[in-house]
Amino acid sequence: MNRAQRGAAGSRGLGTMEVKSKFGAEFRRFSLERSKPGKFEEFYGLLQHVHKIPNVDVLVGYTDIHGDLLPINNDDNYHKAVSTANPLLRIFIQRKEDADYSAFGTDTMTRKKNVLSNVLRPDNHKKKPHIVISMPQDFRPVSSIIDVDILPETHRRVRLYKYGTDKPLGFYIRDGSSVRVTPHGLEKVPGIFISRLVPGGLAQSTGLLAVNDEVLEVNGIEVSGKSLDQVTDMMIANSRNLIITVRPANQRNNVVRNSRTSGSSGQSTESSLPSSTPNILGSLLQGEEESDEEDIIIEDSGEPQQIPKAAPTSESIESLSQIELLHESTQNGFLPSSELSLNHSAGSISMEYEVPEPGRKSLEEEGTIITL
Amino acid sequence: MRRFLRPGHDPLRERLKRDLFQFNKTVEHGFPHQPSALGYSPFLRLMAIGTRSGAIKLYGAPGVEFMGLHEENNTVMQIHFIPDQCQLVTLLDDNSLHLWSLKQHGGASELREEHRFTLKGPPGSPPSATQVTAVLPHSSREVLYLGTESGSIFVLELPSFRVLEDRTISPEAVLQRIPEDNCNRRSCELVEALREHPKNPDQILIGYSRGLIVLWDLQNNKATHHFLGSQQLENLYWQRDGSKFISCHYDGSYTQWPVSSDNRQPEPLENTVPYGPFPCKAISKIYWQTTKNGLPYIIFQGGMPRASYGDRHSISVIHGSQQTAFDFTSRVIDFFIIFSSDPAAEFDDPSALVVLAEEELVVIDLKSPGWPAVHPPYLASLHCSAITCSHHVSNIPLKLWERIISAGSKQNIHYSSMPWPIDGGTNIAPDPPQRDLLLTGHEDGTVRFWDASGVCLHLLYKLSTVRVFLTDADPNDNMNTLGEDEWPPLRKVGTFDPYSDDPRLGIQKIYLCKYSGYLAVAGTAGQVLVMELNDEDAEHVVDHAEADLLQDQEGYRWKGHEKLKTRDGPVRFEAGFQPFVLVQCQPPAVVTSLALHSEWKLVAFGTSHGFGLFDHQQKRLVFVKCTLHPSDQLALEGPLSRVKSLKKSLRQSFRRIRRSRVSSRKRRGVSGNTSEVQEANAKFDQDALQEMELAPVQRKIEARSAEDSFTGFVRTLYFADTFLRDSSRHCPSLWAGTNGGTVYAFCLRVPPAERRMDEPVRAEQAKEIQLMHRAPVVGILVLDGRSTPLPEPLEVAHDLSKSPDMQGSHQLLVVSEEQFKVFTLPKVSSKLKLKLTALEGCRVRKVTVANFGSCKTDDYSENDLAVLTNLGDIQIISLPFLKLQIRYPCIRKEDVSGIASCVFTKYGQGFYLISPSEFERFSLSTKWLVEPRCIVEMPEVTSNNHVHNKSGTENAARKS
Repeated sequence: MNRAQRGAAGSRGLGTMEVKSKFGAEFRRFSLERSKPGKFEEFYGLLQHVHKIPNVDVLVGYTDIHGDLLPINNDDNYHKAVSTANPLLRIFIQRKEDADYSAFGTDTMTRKKNVLSNVLRPDNHKKKPHIVISMPQDFRPVSSIIDVDILPETHRRVRLYKYGTDKPLGFYIRDGSSVRVTPHGLEKVPGIFISRLVPGGLAQSTGLLAVNDEVLEVNGIEVSGKSLDQVTDMMIANSRNLIITVRPANQRNNVVRNSRTSGSSGQSTESSLPSSTPNILGSLLQGEEESDEEDIIIEDSGEPQQIPKAAPTSESIESLSQIELLHESTQNGFLPSSELSLNHSAGSISMEYEVPEPGRKSLEEEGTIITL
Repeated sequence: MRRFLRPGHDPLRERLKRDLFQFNKTVEHGFPHQPSALGYSPFLRLMAIGTRSGAIKLYGAPGVEFMGLHEENNTVMQIHFIPDQCQLVTLLDDNSLHLWSLKQHGGASELREEHRFTLKGPPGSPPSATQVTAVLPHSSREVLYLGTESGSIFVLELPSFRVLEDRTISPEAVLQRIPEDNCNRRSCELVEALREHPKNPDQILIGYSRGLIVLWDLQNNKATHHFLGSQQLENLYWQRDGSKFISCHYDGSYTQWPVSSDNRQPEPLENTVPYGPFPCKAISKIYWQTTKNGLPYIIFQGGMPRASYGDRHSISVIHGSQQTAFDFTSRVIDFFIIFSSDPAAEFDDPSALVVLAEEELVVIDLKSPGWPAVHPPYLASLHCSAITCSHHVSNIPLKLWERIISAGSKQNIHYSSMPWPIDGGTNIAPDPPQRDLLLTGHEDGTVRFWDASGVCLHLLYKLSTVRVFLTDADPNDNMNTLGEDEWPPLRKVGTFDPYSDDPRLGIQKIYLCKYSGYLAVAGTAGQVLVMELNDEDAEHVVDHAEADLLQDQEGYRWKGHEKLKTRDGPVRFEAGFQPFVLVQCQPPAVVTSLALHSEWKLVAFGTSHGFGLFDHQQKRLVFVKCTLHPSDQLALEGPLSRVKSLKKSLRQSFRRIRRSRVSSRKRRGVSGNTSEVQEANAKFDQDALQEMELAPVQRKIEARSAEDSFTGFVRTLYFADTFLRDSSRHCPSLWAGTNGGTVYAFCLRVPPAERRMDEPVRAEQAKEIQLMHRAPVVGILVLDGRSTPLPEPLEVAHDLSKSPDMQGSHQLLVVSEEQFKVFTLPKVSSKLKLKLTALEGCRVRKVTVANFGSCKTDDYSENDLAVLTNLGDIQIISLPFLKLQIRYPCIRKEDVSGIASCVFTKYGQGFYLISPSEFERFSLSTKWLVEPRCIVEMPEVTSNNHVHNKSGTENAARKS
């Protein structure tokens, strides 16, 4: 973050800001006065002008510093885009008629590379008809309750999207003991509990975690038998996309499950015993998280880029797990075709400025740009 | 089909893993921590050392060692070998006795505990009645005499540890024969010493603490003689022929007593206070050794003048006109003399004095003039100055090995040439497979070179970097030569010297190239020395350069220590590694990483501010790179300011506490009349207190950010010849990894050998990788086209390694504390990763590539990563697929210094400190195993000797 601000400060000194705009497969580069960006209407006109599309209705979006594609449709978010861009403002233009609204939001730049999210969450799949309710605003999710359908009602699995916010995670954990039912009767066992929420932190603002909630799993790995320091290290290592399963201290606000059949995940229909699933799920969650953690490379002091994933070889672990998943997903009734095309596109990422594959959004070709 | 198998379920691989990996803790090197007792068997020629933690260690000839551990973990107070047996008895501080024996098992001897026993008095008797103070194993090997605090002497049958109650020697029985006017009941309190008559096993000498000494006839159960000492008794010693004995006392005196058949209450022959006339400290143990020339050796511990030398730990040797008080730097635990053990010999003829001090073992050669020390082949005091780092080099070429040994032998000329006198047992372990060096860096600026090939960790050579610098303590004014009076004739012995003149001299990183003999050493004040092995003494100027790591940063002030001052002009260096280049980092922060490339003649170094590359051929700084994050004030100012601020904050918090106490008292004073308020206050205080007490240990969960402290700290540096820019041309490169998860890669242009001096080495930054999880990078490695790690510099040139595969594409392995990641090269794309911390909650502390050979077939070996985690586990992770092979618990996770000190070897072994003075050696490989394997056999004189014993011609030499 700090680096980003420094970068911005550096180019602000020049007074102008570079804009790189993309419509279809075409790029336009021009500059703007950073101090006087003007109104959105003027900017919209300018874009139509430079792309020579004066009478086409378009949606304008930009990538913010987190790599998310966010819309520009009024003066406010236009000014925000200008003020946060550094040193380059990347603009993406889509025709309104073939616009894909699901492209906007968190993880949009990387999501499609991810095989697992597509397997797990068919509702994200863009082939599904998308109901447009309204224009997406300048927001992104910071937390969610997930896997409600496969967890026991007393448990809650919370996902914190640290990646999409500047807020600190903001909670503390401690050692404690909880009572478990065992074949030998009730037994006191050591456990890990949330001990404090930092005011204004992500954990507190979600309202999904509370003091004295017992932590059962971290990103699918059970914490029982692990020391406080181990669990701390696990959480920090997963901090970019932390998924904690807790047993809330207050059991009154639990999600009431209606019926099994309406589960959103293909998994749920198959899994009859919730207690047997966490392990499988754990590995899936691990996989899902991959997308959030792209390292950055600067080559020859050039522009920083996300490090692409190498085309998987048949022997790598990743490919192994992918193939396993593929295997499972076909069992669950999904067609593997999307995965195959994904693998193909993953291999092509390394080539810059390639003509986008039809039906696939062009955004991912260059990777997200994070400037130092 | 195979790819559907989950990892770890491949039966072939599982079988191979069993042939490759095996975890063993094999041997402890160094000096036992907190020794508490010493024993010696002249019969077995074995020495035993007991420790405060209940360990017992036996040492004989080099390579012969045994270890045992008492279950109770109590301090070992006394060790006594059973005469002419492979057995010994230990007394612990919980008053329990343990019988240990050396038994052969599977072709080698093993030390095993056979029995344990605690002396119990009659019901209702005080514990002191049975508190054992003196132990005498009788030469008949059938009984053990136990002197107690109550003055009774109990007799124990061996090996059953059964009390023979009818043979107990009670104080009452002793007093019967002694005129009452001289003694009373209190004279027989606390048995201080028990000694068997050297010629007549039926007589034992009993020394009581208050000064009474009685010669007791075991046959007739009566006292034959009594001796009235006026001073509190410390110890007794028989002369060889049994005609006289000597007693030593609390007031620093010793007395000789005659034993003759006609006089039942003899007067002392001689009473001396060797360091009188002023009050002296106690003499706690004494030996009287006869020689052929008639002049005895009198050797005793203590006795120094109380006021001026009462703090010395000394052992004095007097032989005719020669007298020396050996002065030890740590407390003397015990000592013994090695002398003629032949029972027929007329004289003792002592050959060596063996002293166990708290921190080291010192052996003095009494045969050579000047009584020089003997260089011990084991029990080295690793901590003579605190160990600050270690570095292991496997498979040293013979040439370099011999040169190091020859340099070391020149340093050891003051040692005696006497062969090691404790030489019992036979080492039957196979010869070590290769020559290994362990280098330890110390706080006083020295580097010690240890022979780590076998069971005995043996000092080969000691290198000091102090000469290069100007320090407050000039090495020329030695404590030994100046400032000592002539009387008492003190002489400093031993090497233990934990006091460092200047902490900045401390060694932090070591890198030795075994092919070229180049050595790079870096220290606490940012000093980097490059050295070359020279077989001769030499005087030369050390080239000096400064590396300003904060080049373009301004406005920062380093508040840590100053850089070391260097000596101007030529400096004289003794044969061995001689420095020729000194680079000093600015600011002079501790060097945190170091790499040397002997082929390219480059040395790279990193601190908490950045890193630099120095060309030691042209003696020119190639470049520096600042890695510091501008907001990282802590790293900028240096460690001392941090300490200061800690102190400050402590002081502040104390003040706050005090203030709050005062104010609450005041509050109470003011509102004293209204009891209600007072009560409320008290309640409030109590609640606050309770809250404080109940506040559990909690951990903050927060993502790491770029602004965290010490992100610029350079953790690892690595040279590689690889494809950095494009896949057609490979070039030399330098890689650096920081605490903040950044990896920098520099492309280097090293001129060809013929123009090496003419053209400068150039460097250009080619890549910068930021790991998004921002964990510290602890290892960087390039794998060649066959996925084999690149060889070390010069390894290929010396035909010791296959040249790396430059056809296939190279891969980059980056190991952070949390993850292992493989990237492709030259275009960096991520290929594989293993997220250790996310999965297991443990972090990588140490990582090395190790070669594992199969124990079944000679032709199979593979490279894996050996990893030590912060939980003290060792994990083996396969290359290049990063699959966990096996995990062993090795070090307790609370043992932070043990984990920090761990070093792996290239062949799957490792060392870590179990105490400041001891390395534990472990092995992960089935093939390379260094462990003691030795045999102790009863010398063949046994049956003969038995007759001797019975006939009463037993030798005094059998016990000590």
